Amino acid sequence: MIKTIYVPCDASAVSLGADNVAKTIQTEADKRGIEIQMVRNGSRGLFWLEPLVEVVTGQGRIAYGPVQASDVPSLFDADFINGGAHALSLGLTEELAYLKKQQRLTFARIGITDPVSLEDYLAHDGYRGLNNALAMPPAEIVKNVTDSGLRGRGGAAFPTGIKWNTVLNTPSEQKYIICNADEGDSGTFSDRMVMEGDPFVLIEGMTIAGLAVGATQGYIYLRVEYPHSHKALNTAIGKAYAAGYLGDNILNSGKAFHLEVRLGAGAYICGEETSLMESLEGKRGLVRFKPPLPAIKGLFGQPTVVNNVISLASVPIILDKGGNYYRDFGMGRSRGTLPLQLAGNIKHGGLVELAFGLTLRELLYGFGGGSATGRPIKAVQVGGPLGAYLPESQFDTPLDYEAFAANWTVLGHGGVVVFDDTADMAEMARYSMEFCALESCGKCTPCRIGSTRGMELMDDIINGRDLAKNVPLLRSLCDTLLNGSLCALGGMTPYPVLSALNHFPEDFGIHDHANVA
Amino acid sequence: MSINKEKDFGTPASPATATVNLEIDGFKVTVPAGTSIMRAASSIGIDIPKLCATDSIEPFGSCRLCLVQIEGGRGMPASCTTPVAEGQKVITQNPRLAEVRRGVMELYISDHPLDCLTCSANGDCELQDMAGAVGLREVRYNPVETHLNALKDTSNPYFTFDPSKCIVCSRCVRACEETQGTFALTIDGRGFDSKVSPGQNQPFMESECVSCGACVQACPTATLMEKAVIDNGQPEHAIITTCAYCGVGCSFRAEMKGEQVIRMVPNKDGKANHGHSCVKGRFAFGYATHKDRITKPMVRASIKDAWREVSWEEAIAYAASELKRIQAKYGKDSIGGITSSRCTNEETYLVQKLIRAGFGNNNVDTCARVCHSPTGYGLKQTFGESSGTQDFDSVMKADVIMVIGANPTDGHPVFGSAMKKRLRQGAKLIVIDPREIDLVRNSPHVQASHHLKLRPSTNVALINALAHVVVTENLTKDDFAISRCDVASYNKWKTFISDPRHAPEATASITGVPAAEVRAAARLYAQANNGAIYYGLGVTEHSQGSTMVIGIANLAMATGNLGREGVGVNPLRGQNNVQGSCDMGSFPHEYPGYRHVANPETNQLFEKAWNAELSLEPGLRIPNMFDSAMDKTFLGLYVEGEDIAQSDPDIQHVHAALRSMECVIVQDLFLNETAKFAHVFFPGASFLEKTGTFTNAERRISPVRRVMTPLAGYEDWEITQLLSNAMGYPMNYSHPSEIMAEIASLTPTFAGVSYAKIDELGSIQWPCNDDAPAGTPIMHVEEFMRDNGKGLFMLTDYVATQERITPMFPLILTTGRILSQYNVGAQTRRTENNQWHSEDRLEIHPHDAQDRGINDGDWVGIKSRAGETVLRALISGRVQPGVVYTTFHFPESGANVITTDNSDWATNCPEYKVTAVQVTKVTHTSKWQESYQDFSETQLDLLAQGMSHG
Repeated sequence: MIKTIYVPCDASAVSLGADNVAKTIQTEADKRGIEIQMVRNGSRGLFWLEPLVEVVTGQGRIAYGPVQASDVPSLFDADFINGGAHALSLGLTEELAYLKKQQRLTFARIGITDPVSLEDYLAHDGYRGLNNALAMPPAEIVKNVTDSGLRGRGGAAFPTGIKWNTVLNTPSEQKYIICNADEGDSGTFSDRMVMEGDPFVLIEGMTIAGLAVGATQGYIYLRVEYPHSHKALNTAIGKAYAAGYLGDNILNSGKAFHLEVRLGAGAYICGEETSLMESLEGKRGLVRFKPPLPAIKGLFGQPTVVNNVISLASVPIILDKGGNYYRDFGMGRSRGTLPLQLAGNIKHGGLVELAFGLTLRELLYGFGGGSATGRPIKAVQVGGPLGAYLPESQFDTPLDYEAFAANWTVLGHGGVVVFDDTADMAEMARYSMEFCALESCGKCTPCRIGSTRGMELMDDIINGRDLAKNVPLLRSLCDTLLNGSLCALGGMTPYPVLSALNHFPEDFGIHDHANVA
Repeated sequence: MSINKEKDFGTPASPATATVNLEIDGFKVTVPAGTSIMRAASSIGIDIPKLCATDSIEPFGSCRLCLVQIEGGRGMPASCTTPVAEGQKVITQNPRLAEVRRGVMELYISDHPLDCLTCSANGDCELQDMAGAVGLREVRYNPVETHLNALKDTSNPYFTFDPSKCIVCSRCVRACEETQGTFALTIDGRGFDSKVSPGQNQPFMESECVSCGACVQACPTATLMEKAVIDNGQPEHAIITTCAYCGVGCSFRAEMKGEQVIRMVPNKDGKANHGHSCVKGRFAFGYATHKDRITKPMVRASIKDAWREVSWEEAIAYAASELKRIQAKYGKDSIGGITSSRCTNEETYLVQKLIRAGFGNNNVDTCARVCHSPTGYGLKQTFGESSGTQDFDSVMKADVIMVIGANPTDGHPVFGSAMKKRLRQGAKLIVIDPREIDLVRNSPHVQASHHLKLRPSTNVALINALAHVVVTENLTKDDFAISRCDVASYNKWKTFISDPRHAPEATASITGVPAAEVRAAARLYAQANNGAIYYGLGVTEHSQGSTMVIGIANLAMATGNLGREGVGVNPLRGQNNVQGSCDMGSFPHEYPGYRHVANPETNQLFEKAWNAELSLEPGLRIPNMFDSAMDKTFLGLYVEGEDIAQSDPDIQHVHAALRSMECVIVQDLFLNETAKFAHVFFPGASFLEKTGTFTNAERRISPVRRVMTPLAGYEDWEITQLLSNAMGYPMNYSHPSEIMAEIASLTPTFAGVSYAKIDELGSIQWPCNDDAPAGTPIMHVEEFMRDNGKGLFMLTDYVATQERITPMFPLILTTGRILSQYNVGAQTRRTENNQWHSEDRLEIHPHDAQDRGINDGDWVGIKSRAGETVLRALISGRVQPGVVYTTFHFPESGANVITTDNSDWATNCPEYKVTAVQVTKVTHTSKWQESYQDFSETQLDLLAQGMSHG
């Protein structure tokens, strides 16, 4: 019987040597006259175990990891292809606590299937959502999404169903679906994992979105730094066209949806939806003011849905199992699941998809296992480079949009970057200003000039110059940025800066709290 | 920026008719839906601080000074980009808003040189104003990175670009895009490195910039500043007047320091230009005070003599005595005059009145003879009025625009910008031109759907082919044609045009345009909701110029494209007052208002009004004057502001005619080419030195206002009046308004026009009378202006010109204009505009150049049956093989040495656009050019002698 071996093709696994491992396994099997079937699956998202090699056994898939090429002969010697014991054996993959404790809805197939196999996708409940959607009038599709409580996973958490409804109700001859795949937040990778690990789910989600609002053209705006995603998406799109899942007559329904991947040019600001549309139109990535909302006047002036990868990839399961199924996960107004991305100074970095409601502390310690250095965790930046730093005192905040907002923190796209007690939070605040200066599109004054002044101001503060003047000035600048900026880049840079200042004043040379208030 | 601060509402007006009620700072206000909060506030006198917003361009939302709070709303939305909503309550001032605004301003000023006292924008700087408005008192930052050392770009002759003062509001970039449509400017870099960049980080002069001034106008600081302001300081008063260049007739504010014009700033309220301008009107006014201006009257007995400066009394007396002497010797009809399309309506009116009443004949003609006389004829015949049918704004409603033989982006740049804006909004474009003009594909975001690249001289065959398609494919709007037009003529025309000889397949061999292209273009035009035709001298300056105008009129009537916004037949007039000079009775057969001199009623009307005996015989046209001069029957000529010795065809014949005259009186600013043949020189006044009106291509009568004292002491109408009185025909006007009152009393279409009304309305489009007291933007709305109210279809058989290519003259020469120079160049050549275009060149297709061994820049001889001249070659794919092209802005180019005496059958408009030539590589200038050079030098010498003795 031919044995199936899984070696992830995900960029994180590849960067840890997965390609070499796969090649070595094949060579070794050939050498030993063992016939194997090699499947390059997505990543399970347990990065400290990558490359995570799995073999299919009667009990299920057994995992080995992290595997290096040099381990391969010993794995064969241990008969790993039949689940034989080995120092790297992790047992049944599904029984790994990190995975077992998760609630994988959006990531249900990732790591399990061959990402670019349509057959595999179909065999694992793929395109069931689309089939249901094809039988529904557009408003009913939108209603399912509204009922699910899904909110934009890009960070703004705007209810997806409401956005879709606006586009549905804005008459136009041409509407568009844009997938924002410009995943630029530091410490985030869930979009990439979807695109590399299960591109069909995104294609299906976008197709359903097209049916829901009456859009016949979709664009995936993909950051150029994701070549593996680019390849996987184009391969999957090609197969979807060939099989009639995309095109002028989707599954003989008479309905059309076309999809194309467009590459960005390396600007963080093009992840902001209006800049993204400017860029898609072939212009400089400059932020547009709102209103008009993209849902009314978006790409090329037409009604446009702009959704994040995770939002769109969550749509198929909603249409498959119903809005209520999805809504039953989560807490408060945060419904469903959020794929959290654990990164930075963390022992067990990776992808953790959970229903909203777990606390940050449970995530950091229950999943993450504490810091990688073993030192105390000093601060956690949640929600990307524009997210606030949470000190230990806020670790019991439940992962919930509203609970975070109440703390003047953001959940954002679910990126969690961990710092131990050696981190200098003043340097981190300076970095936030520098990031803003580097990535500012330059349109609005607060961000264009303020970020550079902020960086200079932080240099003065770090060097202990005139804190009595400069610290209040930093607050004043943050006030200008917060209230005056055109988009979230300038508008949210104060989050990391002020949270660092407020929670770690000593790093700013402030020992008398009266100065900080 | 400009003085006498024009009200800036911050964002453009909303076109909506529905209104919205809201409350701003407790005041109730009702505005059209879609209005910005900023504009709504401004409309009730609440000025919200702003820097990136200005009402000539769309809001941008970048400066973040105009933040407001809305009751019940989140955050601080920008008032420029936030539309009003019903019931909204807006707060524009409170301590929180003040704090944020000060924070923003502090950032601006942290990267701005604090040299206000020595800055050229001091007193005229929005940044300064806003710093004051928000109460900035301190900059707390210690900036490390700044732009304060950025280098100034002084490459443009008229303005400088100082990036150290730039606040990156993008108003210049947006003005270049939205207003001008050139897209020469962009923001280079991002974040703090963002900076305004002409082209690809080039100096302005090396970029695509056309120096229209829109960016300078939009700049809120000293970043883009007129050099004249840098040199002279801020102007202190402004007077609204009208540009004296092309037929667009832009309204300008002459911004003055005493009697010195500091700058010409386009008037936002100008209805022809809406605050836009081109390089000529905006910047090229320096000729008015150029050292070549002649400011003393001069006389001489022979053109071989030195000029003699004399008093006005002597000059006038001498001129009158000479004219009387000639009349006494050769008869009453032996003298005449030429009115100018450069002068005012009042001046033109007076010259023709002098000739008809004072000279006692109708020997008056005008330069429209050589440009738009076929328009006058063709449109009068078909529509009943000798003018374009639309206002310029109409183009913003057009869905398909057909441009025939015109080059708006060069010839009528401000209207060209409006047209490009409409094309960017999605209107389709058909270009009919032998040459690839910029609109075809060289204007950003504009591309013609069809370029029918016809052979010069085959216009009529092409318009017939278009009409044939419309009729035979049943694309006519019969409802319109039958209800609005003369049905018999329509039916006859349909039968005529349906004949297979007019089919595109049959005409393709004549025009060179593939039949399928013609059919597609015809369908596009005929099926448009609104199809508009714009045409220029490429239509009129042909042996069948009038036929072509009629053909255009037929096509528009048959497709129902008349009588409403967005459609029409629109001649683009070359000169500022071509329309006006024609309206004012400049033609030998017509009184003001296009009434025939032979009509006894009209004759009596004018005899009574003018208290003179008036001839019923039409007078001589310009070419007839020359012929009669050669016959020694026409020997005295009064030429006001026209340079016939450069601009008229077959120039050697013109020169010979002028030489044979006994008294040539030239009234002009400069010793122009014609003045070199003159015996009396009356120094005229530029448009800055006189009061009057110009009428532009859309029939708009706009005020010309004196902003400085005439350098020679008199406005041109005063000179004419002096001459008339000396001739014995009394004129006693004390102000041009009295002349306009007389025009209004004698001309039905002007009956309601008066200076008071022009002052009140800004400008008036004729007809203006009791039926249309505020004027008429669109003509022929209810019925045509013809006597029976019906449009007339006329048959337009194509007749090939006699000017044909032969083995000796195998190429066709056609001519045109360029943006930076203006016609004979008398004005623009005396400005820095020469930096863009310092010589006329011959455009020749690479194939034709290859055949002749001609390289780019080579001297080439151009020879026609009329003469020969030499220019440098410019090898260009814009012309088709077999066609060569040149501009005619420099007298030494001798473009009209080559052009022939062929002319339009109906109006004698010269066939400038078609001359069979041979082109060969040469090593030196032509014989004509050598003799011109000698003659010109001699004449300048004779001028210098006179002036030094004077």
